[in-house]
Amino acid sequence: MSKFMLGKKAGMTQLFDENGIAIPATVIDCGPVVVIQNKKPETDGYKAVKVAYGAMAARKVNKPDQGQFAKAGVEPRKVVREFKSEDDFELGQEILVSDMFQIGDRVDVSGVSKGKGFASTIKRYGQKGGMKTHGSMYHRRLGSMGSTSTPGRVFKGKKMPGHMGAERVTIQNLDVVMVDGERNILVVRGAVPGPKGGVVEVRTTVKSR
Amino acid sequence: MDLVQAVEKEQMRNAYPEVEIGDYVKVHLKIKEGNRERIQIFEGTVIARRGGGLSETITIRRLSYGVGVERILPVHSPRINKIEIVRKGKVRRAKLYYLRDRVGKAAKVKERLVSTKK
Repeated sequence: MSKFMLGKKAGMTQLFDENGIAIPATVIDCGPVVVIQNKKPETDGYKAVKVAYGAMAARKVNKPDQGQFAKAGVEPRKVVREFKSEDDFELGQEILVSDMFQIGDRVDVSGVSKGKGFASTIKRYGQKGGMKTHGSMYHRRLGSMGSTSTPGRVFKGKKMPGHMGAERVTIQNLDVVMVDGERNILVVRGAVPGPKGGVVEVRTTVKSR
Repeated sequence: MDLVQAVEKEQMRNAYPEVEIGDYVKVHLKIKEGNRERIQIFEGTVIARRGGGLSETITIRRLSYGVGVERILPVHSPRINKIEIVRKGKVRRAKLYYLRDRVGKAAKVKERLVSTKK
């Protein structure tokens, strides 16, 4: 069964494991989510479940969304996401983290990474950059564009400066270290994309079987 | 940040004396050898404290056979059995890195006498 959850990144810390070794950990303020729609192969062509998360002022909800929430009979929520799931859920059903994950599960976490603005190739692609001294005057510029008259053009996909970050990133195969359904806490080992307060999706990993 | 602190709190060690910079301390470390566990004591002067919450560490320096030895220990680590303050130090800064450049008597931290009466 594939499990899923929505949450907000609360921040990072370190915890001690049973051997007393410090491990990096990210705390996620997770759920509860409410089910607002079951997608079925007959009507939608595939199987999935649509869930919503986070408080939202009722006056800010637009008409189409109002309809969706009204159909499920729940208060409007800020974030709506769809997850693949073989199970059918009750509309309006609240799901807690503890219903979904246990300690020892492996998860994938998706979120929108921190925006870095317009970045050049050193920051964006980890290229080396020029000499800092010896009168080089070529410190952080990008290197060669390619050959000269053959081919006489710059190849497509050449790594060049541009916008970096603020894109969807998935980190795969993270260990679940702690689950608390009462306080809606999920702690995973390692880092998670995005800033503190950024919305993240947690899913059963596609990796290890 | 509240949730992070809530998570940290569960592993925080409450019974631990307030170690200050310049104190001479004995740290009782749990050492695992195969499946046996024993206590090893590391003693020395606390020359730095850094980090906050569960991640806080202290740096302890001592001279061992004329060689300076420094260990950085997470204060809240479950591998630390206990921290014992042998004597308090009289210091005027937060990081005592200057001790590294000194030898002999110059590398000593003056003792601060504290009244034990409550």
